[in-house]
Amino acid sequence: MNADPRGVLTGSHFLDGDHAAAEGALAAGANFSAGYPITPSTEVVERLAGRFPFTGGTFIQMEDELAASIAIQGAVWGGSKALTVTSGPGFSLMMEHLGYGIMTETPFVLVDVQRGGPSTGLPTMPAQADMMQARWGSHGDYEIIALAPSSPQECFNLMIRAFNLSEKYRTPVLLMMDECVGHMLERVVIPSPEKIQIEPRRYTRKGPDEQYWPYSLEECNNGDLVPPLTKVGEGHFPHITGLTHDDRGYPAMNAKSQAVLLGRLVDKIRNNADDIITIEEDGTDDADVIVVSYGITARVCQPAISRARAEGHKVGFLRLVTVWPFPEKRIRELAGRVSAFVVPEMNLGQIVREVERCSQGRPKVRGVTHAGGAVHDPEEIYNAIREVMG
Amino acid sequence: MVETKKSAAPKAPKGHVVINTERCKGCGFCAQFCPTGVLAMSKGFNLKGYHPPIIADAAKCSGCGLCGMYCPDFAIYGVKNGRKPESGDL
Amino acid sequence: MSESYEATVTDPVSAPMTCDSNPVEEWLRMDRMPHIWCPGCGIGTSVNCFTRAIEESSLDRKNIAIVSGIGCTGRVAGYLLLDSFHTTHGRALPFATGLKLASPKTKVVVYSGDGDLFAIGGNHFIHAARRNLDMTVLCVNNFNYGMTGGQVAPTTPEFAIASTTPYGSVERPFNLPYLAQSCGAVYVARWTVYHVKQLQRSIREALEKPGFTFIEMVAPCPTLFVRRNRLGDGLAALESYEENAVIKNGADTRECDLGMGGPIVCGKFVDIDRPSYLSNQVAHLRKVLGDRYVMPDAWQGVVQ
Repeated sequence: MNADPRGVLTGSHFLDGDHAAAEGALAAGANFSAGYPITPSTEVVERLAGRFPFTGGTFIQMEDELAASIAIQGAVWGGSKALTVTSGPGFSLMMEHLGYGIMTETPFVLVDVQRGGPSTGLPTMPAQADMMQARWGSHGDYEIIALAPSSPQECFNLMIRAFNLSEKYRTPVLLMMDECVGHMLERVVIPSPEKIQIEPRRYTRKGPDEQYWPYSLEECNNGDLVPPLTKVGEGHFPHITGLTHDDRGYPAMNAKSQAVLLGRLVDKIRNNADDIITIEEDGTDDADVIVVSYGITARVCQPAISRARAEGHKVGFLRLVTVWPFPEKRIRELAGRVSAFVVPEMNLGQIVREVERCSQGRPKVRGVTHAGGAVHDPEEIYNAIREVMG
Repeated sequence: MVETKKSAAPKAPKGHVVINTERCKGCGFCAQFCPTGVLAMSKGFNLKGYHPPIIADAAKCSGCGLCGMYCPDFAIYGVKNGRKPESGDL
Repeated sequence: MSESYEATVTDPVSAPMTCDSNPVEEWLRMDRMPHIWCPGCGIGTSVNCFTRAIEESSLDRKNIAIVSGIGCTGRVAGYLLLDSFHTTHGRALPFATGLKLASPKTKVVVYSGDGDLFAIGGNHFIHAARRNLDMTVLCVNNFNYGMTGGQVAPTTPEFAIASTTPYGSVERPFNLPYLAQSCGAVYVARWTVYHVKQLQRSIREALEKPGFTFIEMVAPCPTLFVRRNRLGDGLAALESYEENAVIKNGADTRECDLGMGGPIVCGKFVDIDRPSYLSNQVAHLRKVLGDRYVMPDAWQGVVQ
C-alpha cells in the first residue's frame, strides 16, 4: 500500500532528527499521538501538534507519560495509527504500558530519544544507555523490536519501518534515537507518497454478526502467529485484557495458558527475525577486526575505522539498524572468522554483552564505553582497534 | 367497553419470579427488598452451599422485577404475567 | 417452588447456568459466568442498573465501549458483552481518552473502583474532568481495595479499619462528588446500590449527557470492609444505606463527606452545560485555521 499523500511532505528539507521522526510518522499514516514534554524528545510532538490539524490527525498532551503511553493504545483500538515519544525518565514510566501493548498485541510506535541517566541525568545531552531497558524494561518475558537511527534521514525512514513492523507483527515497536541524532540538522529527503510503502493494518474479515476472537489464528495462514485486529464499533465486542488470556481474550490464569500465549508472543518475533533484522556491513568479508555499533556512535566510529584501514589493517564495520531482536545469527557467523569485535556505544557496556554472548568466547570482544553527555572521541575507538590487533 | 377490575381477582398474581438457584450466592438482597414480600431465604442449600431464595407467597408477586435489579449474581428476575420482559422493564 | 428443589438440582448439566430471559443476560458474556464477586458484593447490583440504563437509553450497543482499570470493579469490563477493555491499574481514563478521540461516535464508559480511579488514577481523573471530554465515569466506591485484601483507600472513612490501617485510618478521605465538581465534571451524582431505580435513571442521564459525567455508586465490600469494621454482611450494609441515606438533589457537594455510620447524601448534585473538548477543539481550529483545517475522518459527521 502506498502512503496517504495527506501526511507526506515530499521534498528536500533541512531537519533535525526529532522533526524528521515526526514527518516519518505522518508519512507512515499516523493520525494520533499523545505525549508529555520531555527533553530532548519534545520537538517530535511539537511538530505533530502543529502538523496534525492539516493532515486529519489528533494530538493531545496528557498529564504524564503513563497517560500518554496508554492513551495511544486506546486510540489504536479506536482505529488510529498512533505513537508516543519520550526520553529516559518518561521511558521508565512507559514501561508498564509497553508490556500492556505486547500482551494485548496493540500496534504502536514508542520513540525514546535517549539522554544521560539514571534518573534525571543529563536532559540535554546524549546517551545510548536505555538499550537494555528497551529489551527488558517491562516486567515479564517478551520479545521486542527496536530500531536505532544514525541520522535525521534515518529517523524519517526508520519511523516508517517501525510503523510497518508494528502493523505486520501486531506489537509495539521502539525507535531508539539519541539526543545527538534528535537535535542534529541535516538534509532529509522525503519521497513522493507512491514511493513510500505502508504495511496496512490487518483487520478481521468477519462481519458484525460473526464470532470474532481477538487472539484466534483461524484467519491466519499456517505458521502465521499474528491474529487480525478489530476496532470499536464493529459489533465484534472484543474483550481486551492485560491478564494472561485465551484466544477469546478472556482471562485464563493458569500455567498452560501462560505457556501458550507467551510462546506465541515470543515466537511471532523470533520466527521472523530474518525479516525484522536489518544490519549494514562494510568490509566484513575479509576483516580481521569488526567494529559493531549503532545510532550516532556508528558514525563516530568512521574516522577511527578509516584511519586504521589507511594503515593497512583489515577492519570491518557492522551497524545494527535493528538492535532488537539482536542479529545473533550473523554475529555468530562472523565470530567464527574474526579475531576481535570492537563495540563502541554510549553507555558503560550493554550491547557489548550481546556481542560477547554470541561470540561464545572465540574472538576477543572489546567494548568502548562512554558514560554519555558527549559522543566518543574517535581516537578512543581507534586505540581500541589497535589494541585488539595487538 | 367493560373494564376488568384487577383487584377483583386477588388470586391471580400480576407477575412471577424465576430463580436460578445454582447461580445464587445467598446474599438475601432479593428477599429483603421485595416490596410485596414474595420471597424468603431457604434453609436448604444449593450445590455451592449457599441458601437461595424461595417463593414464600407467589400470589403477592407484582412482577416489578426489583429482585432482579438487586441480585448481584444475576440469579433471579421478575416478570409481569402475560408477557415477556422487554426493554424498559426493571 | 418448594423447599424440595435442591433434591431435583443435583446434576450441573441438567441445571445449566443460564436462564435465557433474565434481562441482564443479553448484556453479559454468559460464557464467563459465574463471576468472581463475593456473596453480597454490590458490584453486580450496579451492573444490573447499568445494563438496564443502556437498554432504556437511545444508545446503539455497537457504539458503547466499556473501559475498566484493575480491581474487583475492574472486572466489570470482562463480563459485559460490549467492546470492553480491561486496562492497567489506574489508567482506564487515559485509555478512554485516546479511544474517544480516535472514535468520537463511541460512547465511552469508564467503570472502575475507588482505589483505581482516585488513588493510582487520581491524576488522570482530575485532568479528564478538567478536559470535559465526553465520557461517563461510573465509580463503585466500596471504601477499600477489595481485590488485594482490603487495604486502606483514598475513600476509606476516617478511623475505619483496613488491613494496612489495622488500628484505624487517620487520613481524611476524598469527597468524590466535590472532587469531581471542582475539577469540572458537568454531571455529578451519588447513589448507593440500595437505590437501584434512582441509580438506573441517573446512569441513563449521565450516558446521554455530553461532556464528562460522573456517578459515585456506594457499594458494600462484605468480605473485607464491612466485615472488618463489624458492620455485618452485605445485606446489613444495604439496610444501613437505606437508613442513612439522605436524598438531596442539588446538595452542595462540599457537604457530601462520608464518615463511618454518618449520613450518606445521595442525589444528583451537578447538571450543568459546558462546551466539551471535542466541540471546543473543532470550533477553535476552524476559527484559527479556516479551510485549511482537516478534521479527522472519524470525527466527520459526529463532532459539530
